[in-house]
Amino acid sequence: MYVAVKGGEGAIDNAHALLAHERRGPTHIADLAPEQIESQLALAVDRVMAEGSLYDPALAALAIKQSRGDLIEAIFLVRAFRTTLPRFGASQPLDTSAMAIERRISATFKDLPGGQVLGPTFDYTHRLIDFMLAAGVAPPPPVEAPAETEPTPRVTDLLDGEGLIEAETATGNEDVGDLTRTPLDFPANRDLRLQALARGDEGFLLALGYSTQRGYGRTHPFVGEIRFGEVEAEFVPEELGFAVPLGPVAVTECQMVNQFHGSAEVPPQFTRGYGLVFGQSERKAMSMSLVDRALRTREFGEDVVAPAQDEEFVLSHCDNVQATGFVEHLKLPHYVDFQAELGLVRQMRTEYFARQEELKEAAE
Amino acid sequence: MAACTAASPDELAATLAGVPHPSEIVDLRATESGLVMLRGRMGGDGRPFNLGEATVTRAAVRLPDGRTGFAYQLGRDAAKARNAAILDALWQGPERAAVEAAIAPVRARIEAEAAARARRVAATRVNFFTMVRGED
Repeated sequence: MYVAVKGGEGAIDNAHALLAHERRGPTHIADLAPEQIESQLALAVDRVMAEGSLYDPALAALAIKQSRGDLIEAIFLVRAFRTTLPRFGASQPLDTSAMAIERRISATFKDLPGGQVLGPTFDYTHRLIDFMLAAGVAPPPPVEAPAETEPTPRVTDLLDGEGLIEAETATGNEDVGDLTRTPLDFPANRDLRLQALARGDEGFLLALGYSTQRGYGRTHPFVGEIRFGEVEAEFVPEELGFAVPLGPVAVTECQMVNQFHGSAEVPPQFTRGYGLVFGQSERKAMSMSLVDRALRTREFGEDVVAPAQDEEFVLSHCDNVQATGFVEHLKLPHYVDFQAELGLVRQMRTEYFARQEELKEAAE
Repeated sequence: MAACTAASPDELAATLAGVPHPSEIVDLRATESGLVMLRGRMGGDGRPFNLGEATVTRAAVRLPDGRTGFAYQLGRDAAKARNAAILDALWQGPERAAVEAAIAPVRARIEAEAAARARRVAATRVNFFTMVRGED
């Protein structure tokens, strides 16, 4: 029997009021300002910008406050916000070689032209809880040294001369796919794959990248280079016809260099995987580059044998807003669906017992 | 223009206050916030792809003498974008020197911060050395 139900409005309103109360917490503790989140929980802000696919630190900080620190909820809020704004156009491609470097490391070239700088990193810390932070002790001022003026070329350019490493080819004004305008279709080109990975869930991509290291689609990766810092975004407005600076954008870039045995057409050379992410997120950029390379499997005539190489699997499941939407919708009322299932199971049980009875009678 | 994008809203308001300008300024287009899709390149130098969007606010103004000014800036601050557009219009005429002088402290602040950051980063440079092998 179909029963239409209505109600719960009062309960919903009161639940949201309670949520606001719990979000605020005990009032004898100072209210958290979005500016504090933006400056002191900067890596959470970076993650929300990257996966929310919207560069706006102040907005991401506010979303984190609103979501009580639930980052996927904050990402959802940011995604919803972006749908309310018109799009002015697309920027000139960011020139990461002109980055104001804040961190730059290579696991393959010790003496990198331009040098290796560690920058603000958790690497080499002992991962011991620092109780001084709870005591509110001010940190010592950072050490200074004469600034570098050497250019910092991409590490992948160093091997380019010998053809030992696959070269990227920049062609003219070709169409750039945009999955926010056209639904993904398979097989998807690398531009669409990179867009999906750049906004994909860090945890999901981390697990997939890890799976390739453990043997599920091995790619023999080396970190050619990781760099983090600000690059100037440029945009050509229609009415001006020349590029204007929009402002600095902080990004992390990872160049993964992978072994490749070659084929009948291609001599042996290193192939590449690429990661580019808003903000400072090395884990995400590295995972992205591992999965980017894994998804290029077919391009190199290799067999698709592992989940990380299966683009339909990866791209259909890497978006955490889509994923959480479908998983969490299960908690919404399914009374009618369940009623139907209930009726079906009852009928099947009646038939089952009737059959059992018949068998018993036949045996006797 | 680059100094205007990196300036704080207060800095830009102070910059504009430091340049004599007419009060009858017409908006050629209502100042509005929107999105610009930021692009990257595969491998840093290959074919372009869409990295993700950024909020951008744009303003377009006209001075009584007919000069026009434009601004496109990251973020959602309408007043700041409009101030930048007015400065852009003023810069294209006799007030150029006054605009340059008014924005000089902002530029100096941005450069000093970038230089301090570069010095702090330089202190984290890794200097590798080879250990002497103990074969003899």
